[in-house]
Amino acid sequence: MNDAAKSKMKARIHIVKRAAMPWYQAAGIRALALFLAVIVCGIVTYVLTGDNPASVFKTIFEGSFGSERRFWVMLQNLSMLLCVSLAMAPAFRMRFWNIGGEGQVLVGCLATAACMINLGGKIPNGFLIFMSLMAAVSAGAFWAFIPAACKANWNTNETLFTLMMNYVATQLTAYYIIIWESPKGSGKVGIIQQKSQAGWLPQIGQYKYLLPVLVVFILTIIVYIYMRYSKQGYELAVVGESEKTARYVGISVPRVIVRSMILSGAICGLCGFLLVAGTDHTITTTLAGGRGFTAVMVAWMAKFNPIGMIFTAFLLVFLNKGAGEIATSFGLNQSFSDILSGIIIFFLIGCEFFISYRIVRQRGEGQNV
Amino acid sequence: MEESRKGGGRTPAVSMRGITKTFAGGVIANDNVDLDIYRGEIIALLGENGSGKTTLMNMLSGIYCPDAGTIAINGRKTEIRSPKDALDLGIGMVHQHFKLVDVMTAAENIILGLKEGRRLDLKAASKRIQEICDAYGFDLNPDQKIYDMSVSQKQTVEIVKMLYRKADILILDEPTAVLTPQESDRLFDVLRNMKADGKAIVIITHKLHEVLDVSDWVDVLRAGKFIGSLKTSETNEAEMTEMMVGHAVRLNINRPEVKNPKPRIEVEGLTVRSSDGLLKLQDVSFTARSGEILGIAGISGSGQKELLESMTGLCRIESGDIRYIYDDGRKKSIVGDSPLEIARLGVQLSFVPEDRLGMGLVGNMDLTGNMMLRSFRNGNSIFTDRKSPKALAGRVVDQLEISTPSLQTPVRRLSGGNVQKVLLGREIASEPTVLLTAYAVRGLDINSSYTIYRLLNEQKERGVAVIYVGEELDVLLELCDRILVLCGGCVSGILDARTSSKNEVGLLMTSLRGGRDE
Amino acid sequence: MFDFVSFIPRAVMQSIPLLLGSTGETITEKSGNLNLGIPGIMYVGAISGVIGSFFYELSLPDRSLINPYLGILIPLSCCLLGSFLMGLLYCFLTVTLRANQNVTGLALTTFGVGFGNFFGGSLIKLTGGAVPSIALSATSKCFSKVLPFAKDTGIFGKLVLSYGFLAYAAIVIALLSSYVLNRTRTGLQLRAVGENPSTADAAGINVTRYKYAATCIGSMIAGLGGLYYVMDYASGVWSNDAFGDRGWLAIALVIFTIWRPNVGILASILFGGLYILYLFIPTGTNLAIKEIYKMLPYLVTIIVLVLISTRRKKENQAPEALGLPYFREER
Repeated sequence: MNDAAKSKMKARIHIVKRAAMPWYQAAGIRALALFLAVIVCGIVTYVLTGDNPASVFKTIFEGSFGSERRFWVMLQNLSMLLCVSLAMAPAFRMRFWNIGGEGQVLVGCLATAACMINLGGKIPNGFLIFMSLMAAVSAGAFWAFIPAACKANWNTNETLFTLMMNYVATQLTAYYIIIWESPKGSGKVGIIQQKSQAGWLPQIGQYKYLLPVLVVFILTIIVYIYMRYSKQGYELAVVGESEKTARYVGISVPRVIVRSMILSGAICGLCGFLLVAGTDHTITTTLAGGRGFTAVMVAWMAKFNPIGMIFTAFLLVFLNKGAGEIATSFGLNQSFSDILSGIIIFFLIGCEFFISYRIVRQRGEGQNV
Repeated sequence: MEESRKGGGRTPAVSMRGITKTFAGGVIANDNVDLDIYRGEIIALLGENGSGKTTLMNMLSGIYCPDAGTIAINGRKTEIRSPKDALDLGIGMVHQHFKLVDVMTAAENIILGLKEGRRLDLKAASKRIQEICDAYGFDLNPDQKIYDMSVSQKQTVEIVKMLYRKADILILDEPTAVLTPQESDRLFDVLRNMKADGKAIVIITHKLHEVLDVSDWVDVLRAGKFIGSLKTSETNEAEMTEMMVGHAVRLNINRPEVKNPKPRIEVEGLTVRSSDGLLKLQDVSFTARSGEILGIAGISGSGQKELLESMTGLCRIESGDIRYIYDDGRKKSIVGDSPLEIARLGVQLSFVPEDRLGMGLVGNMDLTGNMMLRSFRNGNSIFTDRKSPKALAGRVVDQLEISTPSLQTPVRRLSGGNVQKVLLGREIASEPTVLLTAYAVRGLDINSSYTIYRLLNEQKERGVAVIYVGEELDVLLELCDRILVLCGGCVSGILDARTSSKNEVGLLMTSLRGGRDE
Repeated sequence: MFDFVSFIPRAVMQSIPLLLGSTGETITEKSGNLNLGIPGIMYVGAISGVIGSFFYELSLPDRSLINPYLGILIPLSCCLLGSFLMGLLYCFLTVTLRANQNVTGLALTTFGVGFGNFFGGSLIKLTGGAVPSIALSATSKCFSKVLPFAKDTGIFGKLVLSYGFLAYAAIVIALLSSYVLNRTRTGLQLRAVGENPSTADAAGINVTRYKYAATCIGSMIAGLGGLYYVMDYASGVWSNDAFGDRGWLAIALVIFTIWRPNVGILASILFGGLYILYLFIPTGTNLAIKEIYKMLPYLVTIIVLVLISTRRKKENQAPEALGLPYFREER
């Protein structure tokens, strides 16, 4: 077969962009992709554990819903991941690739811890909590402001910049952990203000995690309204669609970039505050736990829609808890959940292709090869 | 050697039969088109904007695949699946947007994609490039980086690239759109040299004088359909135009008399440089009056864009002044104000920009969202008001007869004419006192064009100072009251459109008197 | 007096994974693919090599009987295969299915790091072995073997000849990549794909094939970085998360060198040096300062990133189409 004939064979399939797809059809494709992903996950789990698929899925389910405690832990994880994802929404809507959520959360944690350690017991508790919150939010905002300002002024690549900022934050945290370590030489900060609980967020009733969960729930609604109905939300949508048009109608693009990134960083900072003051009461370099990166995927899969993010974030947290449960019961490594998350995400981002494009088979020809 | 039949009975170099191409959204770009191309001939592929010329040639050069139809090269049926296939068959296309890598040199760009052994021998390549340049009369430095080049130099690189690849079927997509008249003449000389060398050449164009100047045959497309083939020496502009537009153009644009004109905006000694320091406008002065349409003519790139953008605060002004004149005669300089400030000062400049979707509208937003672009700041609430833009969208759709499935349709899915109507409708709705439009009818069909003319005239009668930047002289002469001609960034003349001839305007457009280098 | 003689070799050993990672990423980015999956790919490269040699060592009756050629060849080919498959997955999603590159890359990193840590932490359990941790000392000896006469050559030997073969391979690969990118037709065409894919396409270059090839080869090179780390630097001992943030540092290095693998050879030693500088500078009781030293590579990378964006010199920019999908019939 000569080259021409080969290329003829190859070229039979041909890809075109779709005009539009009704929402139910798109939802169907996504559901199918999710279904296939779950099957692949099941197979992988079966191969590694030898457990039968039915009981695998039961274990996964129990990871999140097995007990009241697990359920609350799942809710707390979900709300933290959702919080960072919400932070991504304004940035991504204007096509600003903020993958520095990790660092922005971490400086938020750092600022909160700094307030709790240095001011704890010296000022009234309510004021301390307020100070920590302000410090965390400003720290996160500042961390996001730096790359945003460079992007606005010189069009510096924000993907790489925010990525680098993560590790500057990590090392900064590592530096302070050694300074604050207690007991000395342990390399850990330990529980901050364990006795006085100064700077700890109050507990609602007996539910330790309820307050952070509520805060994030309200935040979700606020972000949704902000993106959808506010003038600023409209401005950033215009900037994201076309910077030229934005300039033409008198929107200052640099200002929108900086403003939205400050907002994005501030929400990350809030997440840091909730983590340190609300649940963990300590600080480690891994406290953000990769949420800055996972949030990128959560926000992307939800098409930056805050309500959609609840579902995508839940999917990943549910899976994470479930896989963790499997790993524990079979004595395997906890990283098992990353493998399963990876598989699900691959399927979900891959299936978007079939929503945006259409594969056409070439008519005629070919027979005379 | 005069042939009475295309190709004189030889086998065509290219023979396209029954070519059909439909794009997403159901736009039929080509509908059952037949076309023959012969060696030793220059064919002008003539048609209005959007008639499917470029799409047809893109299928020949492997950018698009036809949905139906056959292509035969030298009598052999072939499938062209990629630009590489096309090049292997000796088909080379010079696109309107140059396909060049900016950070590479001319020589690197020219040998890109060739298989002449693994080693990169730029010296040998440069030598061959020099030979080609000498043979046809190009002027090119192989080691110059593309980002350092002028448009005409880039075009030269493109053509040499095709010749280097031994292309003998050469397609040029609107090659003169970006050239000065002198540069165009030089290009045509080169094309004639190539024709003499036995190459088959197609130039895509809609400029009739070029067709008459350089081509042997004219093939006309209209609305995606092949209309016919004419021998250039036996045809004239009227016949070609008739085939192109379907009926003879007696434009008959309605032109109401100017009533009670008052100076509205005054430009004095305006000088503008581009970001890379090139002089774009030099000492431009004129006054636009209310109740009249001031046309701006000029070869594309003569400073029209900069003029409009400086009047709307989108571009930095080096020196000179732009003053808005209120009804009571007060004057207010708007130099240095941002677009928003210009709007907020009560100075209403509505600007319909050149690239409609790229600048005036947001393609992915629906009609309501696009109507809001001008008005979303209204009111003190932090939330946007969606009701009034929605009502406005409804009114604009009704009044301008915009065909859209619904108000929720993203504007990128509308056709060019409807997009232009949306944009103009929005700008008019803000009740401007000065309306600036650039290429308002580019790419529109005849009917939509007339709707746009009517709208502009309505504004004129309302007492708006309309500035109309256009490219077709016939339209400028029949629509406008006065015509300002730009040449190389300078005003080369301001004419009364009622008494001037096409030749006068054409002459001013190319006059060196107003040129930069005096 | 600063002890250069022991500092340099350690800096170099630190630098090799970074150099391999950044060379791989540079080649990938030259094709227009911003592969943020590199950290994950380096993990997969490392763990694939570990799995290969784990089973090979397990099959031997006695570790000392290891065949040095097989001992190298098995982990090497497993590593290449593992990282190749990761590159292939990235390409399939971003090039064929046109998924967003950043999201795909991050997902690949999540997956890859998880894959590495999972098998690193569960391999023994899964195979029912009795050993407490993965320590492939026999294989490691094959990898870290130096020339027999290196010890007799004094300071020169210590500075230049004291490394395992992968270290030299890394330098050769970096030089070779530079040569291919700048001096060959393939390199010219690859750069064109990354700068302006539609131009490359029009010139008859198969954009898809170049993107696949560059990304997969880049992934394999980066995977070798993971293998070097575990087999040579860490003496064959796998511990979870020990590889740390080196993958991201490799991406930083790409920017720091302004997309030039040959510059990467020295730059990676600089980065590697900064990573261990704290060991050689008297810090007294202030241990915290070492964390600040570790911050330096990222800080200088940010400075370089800002500088190239303010200077706007065309030759020093990232490939123009970096991060963008290419679709020929886009309209």
